[in-house]
Amino acid sequence: MYSDKVMEHFKNPQNTGEIPDADGVGTVGNPVCGDLMTMYIKVKDNRIEDIKFKTFGCGAAIATSSMTTEMAKGKTLEEALKITRADVASSLGGLPPVKMHCSNLASDALHAAIKDYYKKREAATEVKK
Amino acid sequence: MAKRVNMDYAAGKPVDPRAIDAMLPYMKTSYGNPSSLHVAGQEAKRALDEARIKVAELINAEKADSIIFTSGATESNNLAIKGAANRNRDRGTKIITSSVEHMSVVNPVKFLTTKGFEAVFLPVDKFGSVDLGSLEKELNDKTTLVSIVYANGEIGTIEPINEISKIVHANNIFLHVDATVASGQIPIDVQALGIDLLTVSSNDMYGPKGVGALYVKDGMRIEPLLHGGGQEKGLRSGTENIPSIVAFGKAAEIAKQEMQTHLEKLTKLRDRLIEGLIKPLPYTFLNGHPTNRLPDNVSVRYSFIEGESMLLSLEINGVSVSSGSACASKTLEPSHVLLATGLKHEEAHGSIMFSLGRDNSLEDVEYVIGLMPGIVNRLRSMSPLTPKELKV
Repeated sequence: MYSDKVMEHFKNPQNTGEIPDADGVGTVGNPVCGDLMTMYIKVKDNRIEDIKFKTFGCGAAIATSSMTTEMAKGKTLEEALKITRADVASSLGGLPPVKMHCSNLASDALHAAIKDYYKKREAATEVKK
Repeated sequence: MAKRVNMDYAAGKPVDPRAIDAMLPYMKTSYGNPSSLHVAGQEAKRALDEARIKVAELINAEKADSIIFTSGATESNNLAIKGAANRNRDRGTKIITSSVEHMSVVNPVKFLTTKGFEAVFLPVDKFGSVDLGSLEKELNDKTTLVSIVYANGEIGTIEPINEISKIVHANNIFLHVDATVASGQIPIDVQALGIDLLTVSSNDMYGPKGVGALYVKDGMRIEPLLHGGGQEKGLRSGTENIPSIVAFGKAAEIAKQEMQTHLEKLTKLRDRLIEGLIKPLPYTFLNGHPTNRLPDNVSVRYSFIEGESMLLSLEINGVSVSSGSACASKTLEPSHVLLATGLKHEEAHGSIMFSLGRDNSLEDVEYVIGLMPGIVNRLRSMSPLTPKELKV
């Protein structure tokens, strides 16, 4: 059912866990639907210096989370915002059609984390003014 | 080779070698049509009659003629529900079933609601047992048929069929019982229970797939789904699938003879598996009734994690199971059976089902018990839902 690449990421997911002092945090999904993921990012000089995830969900949800963190790490925020669900799926050698929507949310979580970072930075700038 | 353990016998069972031996001659040499009057035809007719007797004996039917062979449990359920509802429409248009039925009961009942019938899905308690008070309340003079599963295949709960039958028959209503997963595993006596229609499956008792039966009580009127040459008392036209029916008959005979042995062995394995899965891990619960359950079913739910990721982790370790969860199935909804027992969606998603078979050993059970803590703790350590106080 799953590609070897998906199974590899499911067996040995990269960047699992939390970043306690994260610069941006993004959560998407809903446990009611069976998928919930949170991405934590640490930003330095406009680049994603560190990224970690926590995911409740099926094999595809865990594998796409892991793959997304690998793809995003080291990228500029602009580059990271361009990572799409389709990019993640194709990097994993494809996903079963039924999984494309429900479990392929990791890029959305990444984008949410970046937006959270922007929002926090804006708020900080406001305070300084 | 790496160890392989099958604990998904509910999805499919191997055919008993004795049943295979019994069917082979009916494909090679005795391939006659039971409707023919010549020797080959009569040979097939005899084999058909014998198989009918064996299936009848398994459920203690009053006569062999009460057994109608079908293509399997789905057809039997359709024939029972549509056949009884349509044929007895003059008696009423209300059908009562439960919220823990198989889709081959749910969907025929729903279909009938598009044809002017009214349907009620009775609630169940947290163990999945049908609420008898609700049943009594729902019965009225429009009610024509009640259809309840003998035992649920997902959570293993055995329904109070005896009590249900008494309530239903006191109101002069027909009772269909879907015994797909129960028949051949636990003793069933249609006469003692007063059942009007009973679905039986072949593969669930180690016969071939693609064959099943419907018990139709003597005198019970139903209409056929298939019209044609009038086989099976006109209730199921089409040349009988003799090889499969013969093997089904043999499987039914074996199931009856060896029931006690398998029942005792499986119950022991089941209880050890339940204990070994639940005791070592917090936030781990049994689905279904603790004691009043099928001997082969262990359905467990683990908080904070999702069923398919457990299924995959077990698969990596050579163990086949089924997740009651949506993600592994075609629909994205969690099991309606688990939700009916009052579980929240996220709880239902964390369920996993082990279904034992005759070939499982205590060693298999201990192997699975040994694997689960590592699997569950790994997934919990990755989950955003795991509470902080739970160190995994």
